[in-house]
Amino acid sequence: MKKAISFFMIAVIFVISLSVLGGCNKESAETIYFLNFKPESAAAYDEIAKVYKEEKGVELKVVTAASGTYEQTLKSEMAKSTAPTIFQINGPKGYANWKSYCKDLKDTALYNALTDKNLAITEGDGVYGIPYVVEGYGIIYNSEIVDKYFALDNKKVKLNSVEEIKSFADLKAVVEDMTANKEKLGIDGVFASTSLKTGEDWRWQTHLANIPIHYEFKKNGTNISTDDLSEIKFEYAENFKNIFDLYINNSVTDKKLLGSKSVTDSMAEFALGKCAMVQNGNWAWSQIRDVAGNKVKEENIKFLPIYTGIEGEETQGLCIGTESFICINKNASEEQQKLSEEFLYWLYSSDTGKKLVTEKLDFIAPFSTFEEAEAPKDPLAKEIIRYMNRDNVTTIPWDFTVFPSQTFKENFGAGLLSYSQGSKTFEEIKNDMINDWKKESK
Amino acid sequence: MHKHLSRYFGVFALPTLLAFSVAFLIPFLLGIYLSFTEFTTVTDAQFVGFSNYIAAFADDTGFLDALWFTVKFAVVSIITINLFAFLLALALTKGIKGTNLFRAVFFMPNLIGGIVLGYIWQVIINGFLLFWGVDITVNADYGFWGLVILTNWQMIGYMMVIYIAGINNIPPQLIEAAKIDGATPLQILRKITLPLTMPSFTICTFLTLTNSFKLFDQNLALTAGAPNRETSMLALDIYNTFYGKIGYEGVGQAKGVVFFLLVAGLALLQLYITRSREVEA
Repeated sequence: MKKAISFFMIAVIFVISLSVLGGCNKESAETIYFLNFKPESAAAYDEIAKVYKEEKGVELKVVTAASGTYEQTLKSEMAKSTAPTIFQINGPKGYANWKSYCKDLKDTALYNALTDKNLAITEGDGVYGIPYVVEGYGIIYNSEIVDKYFALDNKKVKLNSVEEIKSFADLKAVVEDMTANKEKLGIDGVFASTSLKTGEDWRWQTHLANIPIHYEFKKNGTNISTDDLSEIKFEYAENFKNIFDLYINNSVTDKKLLGSKSVTDSMAEFALGKCAMVQNGNWAWSQIRDVAGNKVKEENIKFLPIYTGIEGEETQGLCIGTESFICINKNASEEQQKLSEEFLYWLYSSDTGKKLVTEKLDFIAPFSTFEEAEAPKDPLAKEIIRYMNRDNVTTIPWDFTVFPSQTFKENFGAGLLSYSQGSKTFEEIKNDMINDWKKESK
Repeated sequence: MHKHLSRYFGVFALPTLLAFSVAFLIPFLLGIYLSFTEFTTVTDAQFVGFSNYIAAFADDTGFLDALWFTVKFAVVSIITINLFAFLLALALTKGIKGTNLFRAVFFMPNLIGGIVLGYIWQVIINGFLLFWGVDITVNADYGFWGLVILTNWQMIGYMMVIYIAGINNIPPQLIEAAKIDGATPLQILRKITLPLTMPSFTICTFLTLTNSFKLFDQNLALTAGAPNRETSMLALDIYNTFYGKIGYEGVGQAKGVVFFLLVAGLALLQLYITRSREVEA
């Protein structure tokens, strides 16, 4: 009996050690490991992996980080012996952190195909991150509701259509009059909830803050890739306050309750027709589309620039840029680096690849390999392209990639929440923001 | 017999020892090492000495605020959890009808994970606060009491089970003798039940103390620190330091080591104090 038990124990140990050893098993060299940033594209990448395997016989392993956890996932994956061969960084700040892993991509076919070389992450002569998607944000509106407003007999504004909104003053007049008529329009508020829950406030502390900061850099002639950015004055704080007040005072949700609202809540309100406008980007299309009981029609989803009352904003367009830069891990084997390069170029240049990019990933790709017709067909992406091709429109780039840190953004978001709850004045959060920028830039 | 067993030491202890070192000992030692370095991933650490520890306290990164909040929380919840758990245990050892059902029901919240509990209570508390047109993020006090209620709800049942076991272990003849001597129920409670359940008390205060200090999921799901990180506890503060700013991974790690020393020290002190009060029947 005892013997039987000890044999059993030895067998157990044997099995345990086998499984431990099994985990250390080297993956074959014919494998590319791509750590994906966009959870909404996870299914599309699985399909891409399948197609690529069929066409080229190369195994592509795609792992998708859960929403908001890319840095965490990347940190732990990079420490493994089978580290990602393709990963992404979010701009100059991300590059500073991942420098020792980014391969120089200057001589790659993909970089040669990049339409605007200024968008890439460079240092000295080297190119370390290539943008692989162009995205844009603004105020998304439901033209059905807005047109209904312009058809009202008792409207107070002189404008007759949404195209005539050219400044913050116009926008404010329209929005406030829409709020006054919200019963007639069948909405609970003009704007969807300003989601200020911790972790759900990036539309304000990052995207909205981009506009005043961009104008500040522009006014002072700051070059964001070479100049010292360790201090800002937040000169256009008043303009930020303009639009932020408009959002929280004409919203579906009372401004004291915004601390519990998430982005998903806001997009659902928009999709269900409870509000007419919401600030977000073209990536939000899938969120609008997938809401059950969705009332908004595809052809009625349009973009409006975010006006804040800054001089010269009549020609302002959407905020278009990218925070997704693809990198190749220079610590991977030569073979894997080469395979990774080939895969990326295949995805953005072959017919099969391009089709997958535009139809499955819904990406607006910034590469010369794409013809004009090869663009995604969803309403928001079409709007972005329309704004990009318009004459006399100044696009606002994504300068928020140089915001000092995640902590800075989170603190600013928390400040905005306190402001909307009335426990802090705008002056206080403005000063906090300026101090935090300085502190977090160290 | 002893000699015989020690021959099998390897067979019996090795698997556990192996698992213990892989899952605990090695990460722990690595963690201490990393707190003296600057790193992006754990494999590319650069030694920097004590600067992380200095930054953890000097840069007003909220560590001390979080510590104070955690201490307040721990004191309040240790008292309330143990008080309610003990009262429930007393009530459920009197042999009232449906005792087993009640025990099961009170124990159940403990089976739900912290994140889920956090979101459930967030909905409940926000629904309640809606009467005044506010939500849990408006005031740090709401978050504080929300956390206290949540942890009470979660842990009372578990502690109750431990107390019940302790109370059931009291020899009935002691209580019977006391009754014959004319002791009142309050005297029985003070002179017999309380001293003889001290071992359970030791375990329960130990568990509530360490759990209150280490609370993370509930904190993250219920308030995530809102407003302005005023309700972030130590574990959440460490997490935010680690991931919030590039180059601050080491500082987060240093905070983690300080956190470990603190919790271990407090727990040992508490064990020493309550152990000394244990008596034999």
